[in-house]
Amino acid sequence: MDAFLLQILNGLDKGAAYALIALGLTLIFGTLGVVNFAHGALFMIGAFCAVTLQRILSFSFTTIDETRTDFLGNPLKVQTPYVESWFGPELGAAIQDWSVPLAILMVIPVMFLFGWIMERGLIKHFYTRPHADQILVTFGLAIVIGELIKYFFGANPIQTPAPQMFLGTIDVGSWLGFDRGAVAYPMWRLVYFMFSLLIIAAVFAFLQFTTFGMVVRAGMADRETVGLLGIDIDKRFTFMFGLAAAVAGMAGVMYTPILSPHYNIGMDFLVLSFVVVVVGGMGSLPGAVLAGFLLGILQSFASMNEVKALIPGIDQIIIYLIAIIILLTRPRGLMGRKGVMEN
Amino acid sequence: MLGLNKSDFKLFLIVCLLALAAPILLNPFPTDSALGQSFNAGYPALMQRFVIFGILVIGFNILFGLTGYLSFGHAAFLGVGSYAAVWMFKLLSYNVVPAILLSVVVAGVFSVVIGYVSLRRSGIYFSILTLAFAQMSYQLAYSVLTPITNGETGLQVYNNDPQILMRAGDPTVPHLFGWRMNDKTELSMGGWNFVFENGYYLAAIFMIISFYLAIRIFRSPFGMMLRAIKSNQTRMSYTGLNTKPYMLAAFVISGMYAGLAGGLLAAMDPLTGAERMFWTASGEIVVMAILGGVGTLIGPVLGAGLIKYLENIVSKINDSILHSWFAFMPDWLDNLLVGIIHPFIGKGWHLTLGLLFMAVVIFLPGGLVQGGQKIGALFNRKKKSDAADGATKPAE
Repeated sequence: MDAFLLQILNGLDKGAAYALIALGLTLIFGTLGVVNFAHGALFMIGAFCAVTLQRILSFSFTTIDETRTDFLGNPLKVQTPYVESWFGPELGAAIQDWSVPLAILMVIPVMFLFGWIMERGLIKHFYTRPHADQILVTFGLAIVIGELIKYFFGANPIQTPAPQMFLGTIDVGSWLGFDRGAVAYPMWRLVYFMFSLLIIAAVFAFLQFTTFGMVVRAGMADRETVGLLGIDIDKRFTFMFGLAAAVAGMAGVMYTPILSPHYNIGMDFLVLSFVVVVVGGMGSLPGAVLAGFLLGILQSFASMNEVKALIPGIDQIIIYLIAIIILLTRPRGLMGRKGVMEN
Repeated sequence: MLGLNKSDFKLFLIVCLLALAAPILLNPFPTDSALGQSFNAGYPALMQRFVIFGILVIGFNILFGLTGYLSFGHAAFLGVGSYAAVWMFKLLSYNVVPAILLSVVVAGVFSVVIGYVSLRRSGIYFSILTLAFAQMSYQLAYSVLTPITNGETGLQVYNNDPQILMRAGDPTVPHLFGWRMNDKTELSMGGWNFVFENGYYLAAIFMIISFYLAIRIFRSPFGMMLRAIKSNQTRMSYTGLNTKPYMLAAFVISGMYAGLAGGLLAAMDPLTGAERMFWTASGEIVVMAILGGVGTLIGPVLGAGLIKYLENIVSKINDSILHSWFAFMPDWLDNLLVGIIHPFIGKGWHLTLGLLFMAVVIFLPGGLVQGGQKIGALFNRKKKSDAADGATKPAE
C-alpha cells in the first residue's frame, strides 16, 4: 500500500508538468485553432529564465581584503555579489537562495510578451493555412529557439537548485498512518504539485468567473458570432496566447530544480505533452489536466520493478501505448468535444 | 519512352545524368584550392548521403506529397531497415543483396502494421500516431530490445558472428558478389581529383530506379487516386470507394523506400544505432521534403541534396575561414560580419536549418520547385509583355 502511494506521488509532479503544458497547448488550440509545436520551447524558455535570473543575481564585484591572504600569500580577493552589498549579506543571500521562485516574477511578463510577439508576428499569418503548415512552421521555430538556447547557455544541463528550505524530503506516509520513512517525498516536488494546482485553478477561474474569460469562451464556441457582436475577439485571443505562453513558462521555471534544464528539454516535453493533449481530447481544458496527471501517474507505475518484470520495457513506452489505444478506441480523447478534429 | 511521357522522360534523363556524373559535377573547384576545400561536394561519403536520403525523401513524398498525410515518424523505417541489413551481414555474409532485400521486406512489414493502425486517423492525429510509434521503436531499441539492437553501442559485425555463407577469401567489407563497396577509382586531371566509388554507384543506381518508380506511381491511376484522396477524402468515400487500401498501399510503399535507404546506409557502413530513429531524424526528412517541394517529382531529390550539402558545408566553415573571405574589408567590418555570422556556422548548423525551414514554410510553401517556377514565370511574363507591348494591355 505504501509503495502504491509512493508511485502516485511520484507521478504527480511529472503529471503536473504535463498538465500545465497541455493546458497551454489546449488553450491555444481551442482559441486560435493552431497546433503549436513550439510550446515545449516556451516551457524551455521559462526554465532558462530561472537560469538567467540565477546568473544575474550572482553578478559580483571583487574587493581585496588586506587582512587575509590566500594560499599563495597574496591578499585575498573576495567576491561579493551585488545583491549582498545592496540588501545586506543575509537578505542578499536569501534572495540568491530563492532565485527559482523569484524567477516567476520575471517569467510572467517575459513569456507573456514573447507569446504576444509570436502570435502577432508569426502565428497570425497561419490561421488560414492548413494544420500541416502550422505544425511545420512552429516546429521550425522550436528548432531555432532550442539552438539559440544552446548557443547562449551551452549544451550541458545547468544546475538550478531550489531554496535551501525545500531541499529535504517530507514523510508523507507518517501523516497517513504508515510507518515512518516508508513514503518519503522530496519537498520541492510537493511544492511543484501545489503550485501547478494553483495555476490550473487560476486559469479555470479566470475563464469561468471573469467577463473577459466569458468572452473568450464564447469566442471558442463561435468566433464569428462574437466578432459580429462588435467584440474584438482577435485581441482577446492574442492575450490568451500570451497567457498560455506564461503558463508554460511558469511550469518551466518551477521544474528546473527537479530536472536541470538543457536545450533539448523543450522537445522532450513537447512530444509527451502532445500525446497528453490527444489523450485528454483536443480542445478540452479539463481533459488536458486530467490526462496530464493520469499519464504522469501511469508512467510512474510502469517504472515499478514489479511491473517491469512482468512486461519488460513497459516504462519506456506506456505513454505512447496508451495514446495509441485511446486514439483507436475513442478518437476524440477522454473528454474531447464531439466533432472537434475527430477524424 | 520507358512508359514516360516526353517531359517526364527528360526529367528522368536529367536525374540519371546528375546522379551518374555527380563525382565530376560536384567538384567544380580544384581539389586543393581554398574554394575546393570548402565547397566541393564530390567525395563519396557525402554523395552517398545525397542519393540515399534522396531515396528516403522520394518515398516520403509518395505518402505526404500525394495523400497529404504528414508522417512524423518516418525515420523508424529507416532505422528498422538498417538493423535488418546489419543482421544479414552478421548472420549470412557481407554480400549486400540479402541485406538490402531483407531491409526492404522488414520495413515493409513494419509499415503494414504501423500504417494499419495509424491510418485509421487523419490530419494531426495521424502525425502524432506515427510520431508515437517512432518514439516507441526508439525507446524500445534502447531498452528491452538491446539483445537485437545492441543498445547504445550500436549494432555492428563482430569477428565471432556466424556469417554462415562467408567463404574463405571473401571481402570483410560489404560487397556485391565480390565487388567491394568501398573500392574507388581515382582520376586526376590538372588540379582536379575525381573519386568514383563503387558504393556510391550502387546507391545511385538504386536512387535512379526509385525515382523511375516514383514517376510511374505519380502518373498511374493509383497515383491519381491518392491525389483524389488528398483533395477530398470524404467525397471519395461517398462515391462508394474504400480509400483505406489505397492509403495503406501508399504508406507501405513509402515505408519500403525508407527501408531501402536504411539498408543502403548499412551497406555503405555496416553499423547502425537507434539514433537513426529519433524524432529529430524524422523531422529532418520532413524538412527535406518541404524544402525541395512537396508533391513534385524532383523536389525531394533537390531537398535532400541541398540539406545534406548545406549541413556538410556550413558545419565545416569556421571563423578563420570567414576571416580569410572578408580579408579585403576594413578590420572592424570584418570582425563585425564574422561576429554576426558566427552563431550560424560550425556547430550552429541546426540554427541555420531551422531558420531556413521557417523561411521556406512561410514564404515558399511549395519549396524550391515553386521558387524556381516563380522565377521562371517572372522571366516568361517579361518576355511576353515585351512581345505584347503595343498590343492591348490586360484590364487590371
